Amino acid sequence: MINLLATNWGDFYFILFAGIACVFAVAVLLTSNVVRMAFYLVISLGATAGLFFLAGAEFVGAMQLMIYVGGTLVLLIFGVMLTAQSRFISMKTHPRDWLLAVIVGGSLLMLLLTAAFRVPEWHNEQQVQAAASQLEMADSKTATPLGLALTGVRVDKIDQVDDQLKEGMSGYLLPFVIVSIHLLVVLIGAAYMARAKRVVRVSQEEEDEEAAPAEQDE
Amino acid sequence: MAEFINSIIGQEGATFGHVVAALVHCVLLLHVVAVGALIFIWLERKVSGRIQDRLGPTRVGGKFGWLQTLADGIKLLAKEDVTPDGADQMLFKLAPYVSFAASFAAFLALPFADGWVANNINSAVFFVLAVLGLEVFGVILAGYASGSKWSLFGAMREAAQVVSYEIPLGLCVVVPVFLAGTMNLVTIGNMQAGWFSNWFLLHDPFTFCVFWIFFTCATASVNRAPFDLAEAESELVAGFHTEYSGLRWSFFFMAEYGSMFLVSGLGVILFFGGWNGPIPIMHIIGWADSGGLTGYLANLAGCVNFMLKATVGVTVMMWIRWTLPRLRIDQVITTCLKYCVPLASACFIGAVGWEVMDIWSPNHLHLGSTPAHTVNEQWATAPRFPNAAEPLTPESDEYFKDGPLSKPEQPAPETARDSQPTGPSLLSASSGQEESP
Repeated sequence: MINLLATNWGDFYFILFAGIACVFAVAVLLTSNVVRMAFYLVISLGATAGLFFLAGAEFVGAMQLMIYVGGTLVLLIFGVMLTAQSRFISMKTHPRDWLLAVIVGGSLLMLLLTAAFRVPEWHNEQQVQAAASQLEMADSKTATPLGLALTGVRVDKIDQVDDQLKEGMSGYLLPFVIVSIHLLVVLIGAAYMARAKRVVRVSQEEEDEEAAPAEQDE
Repeated sequence: MAEFINSIIGQEGATFGHVVAALVHCVLLLHVVAVGALIFIWLERKVSGRIQDRLGPTRVGGKFGWLQTLADGIKLLAKEDVTPDGADQMLFKLAPYVSFAASFAAFLALPFADGWVANNINSAVFFVLAVLGLEVFGVILAGYASGSKWSLFGAMREAAQVVSYEIPLGLCVVVPVFLAGTMNLVTIGNMQAGWFSNWFLLHDPFTFCVFWIFFTCATASVNRAPFDLAEAESELVAGFHTEYSGLRWSFFFMAEYGSMFLVSGLGVILFFGGWNGPIPIMHIIGWADSGGLTGYLANLAGCVNFMLKATVGVTVMMWIRWTLPRLRIDQVITTCLKYCVPLASACFIGAVGWEVMDIWSPNHLHLGSTPAHTVNEQWATAPRFPNAAEPLTPESDEYFKDGPLSKPEQPAPETARDSQPTGPSLLSASSGQEESP
């Protein structure tokens, strides 16, 4: 029997969530039904949020749930349902598309893998142990520093020893404002595009016909 | 709790204790949702009966028919679990669990009394809103997978409605978060300790208005009448759950009653002082701040207080359901975009102005409690001043003497306390909270 006390539950949950995320990401590729794809994508993204929670970055995890899992997928389902023609419900992937996807995805995977294995501490077992002992988990206190950084105050400046680096640690107020104005412009644009189109020219007869029942109602 | 379990098995710092603690929390919360649904369904029958001038259930289990829901549950268990021919089998079977899991997961961050929370998340308000938004996913899946046009209509309505109402709901929640300066629900609740004058509801006229907008949007976001277009039994047979039967059907209702309690609880913590009653009896007799058994009893009384307030919220939702007629979908969207969003925005600006201009409000009396601005998130004060008797205040010159920050013109209390140059680093301070591993 597995010794429950000695099991490293942190690793267990990491492998569990990472496995769920990977398996369902592959399932998104392999299924041909659009709604099932959306469902698998929700599970995959939700498991990624689980990894964030496991690392103690609860704000980022909740953000992942809110933006990716919640917002994007509801929009996706809208799109799917409004275009629920038979050719969209079951999609066949052309071999040419597979080839392209394998080239693009494979090169990205190679890039990430080489970058990951270049980390020097990972090659030596002792160094791995030393790095793990120095590791500080972000323990759910990330929201306030994040919010302060967005308003231009970097609280982690205090812990920075190097004075030269300290000068570069500015807040994110300007990018934040630029992004929010950008989003506002996009929203106004979307509202403009989606507005109800008014009929400009109405012939006299139609106007009379429309006016008559309105008067009766009054 | 994790430390307690570890001390029993004699292994300090083992993750096993955290796992057992997480299990205990989950089982307790599961009972809140399941037993809550049991009671609320009975209550709904009684309330609807009284409103329609009849008695409601009277026979099962004695005088008030209080075992009616249990009898219904047994009936549902015995029903055949039918899956329609045209359904997407897998999604059809999974959809109720998605709904229930989303509703249940949001309870993980909801405190029931001071510190009585499964996971004391720093951004709990945000977490609850994010997870609550996922419940709609189960409904949409159910509507699509049923292969029935009534279900699909219901699901589409639900999607449009929930996506719209998330906007004013978020705007309303921002107001108490702004007043408290934190998204931690435990801290927000503690800030309103004392007499009812300390509740954020009575902070200023704008927060008073914002609560009613919050309640409207919350009712809409949990899909209750007059916003229950996804069910609309007079038009769509039963909407998204037309094809469901038996236990899967009842999972949808457990999720619905669970989220009703959840949004009521959220409203109670944000506006009605959470576990701090209108009259601070436990503060007056001095049990609230004492440790040991009396402190535990005070917390228990706070928990009961919180439950009662949240139940009142749920009852009001039932009252509304059996009083108002159902809105049309265009009226629902109009209510949201043309009334709730502008009103919530105006109230937000008003509340911010009230606070910035420092206009008098009942909260400034600090009746029967420590002043709200001295309450803080645990991690911000307790572990960071291990030796200092009194934390430095932003007003003192010493505070800015060798700090890296320039003195802001109007330091908000939260900002100032977070940027204290003393003490250990932000990320290494421990708060003694229980986290699932």
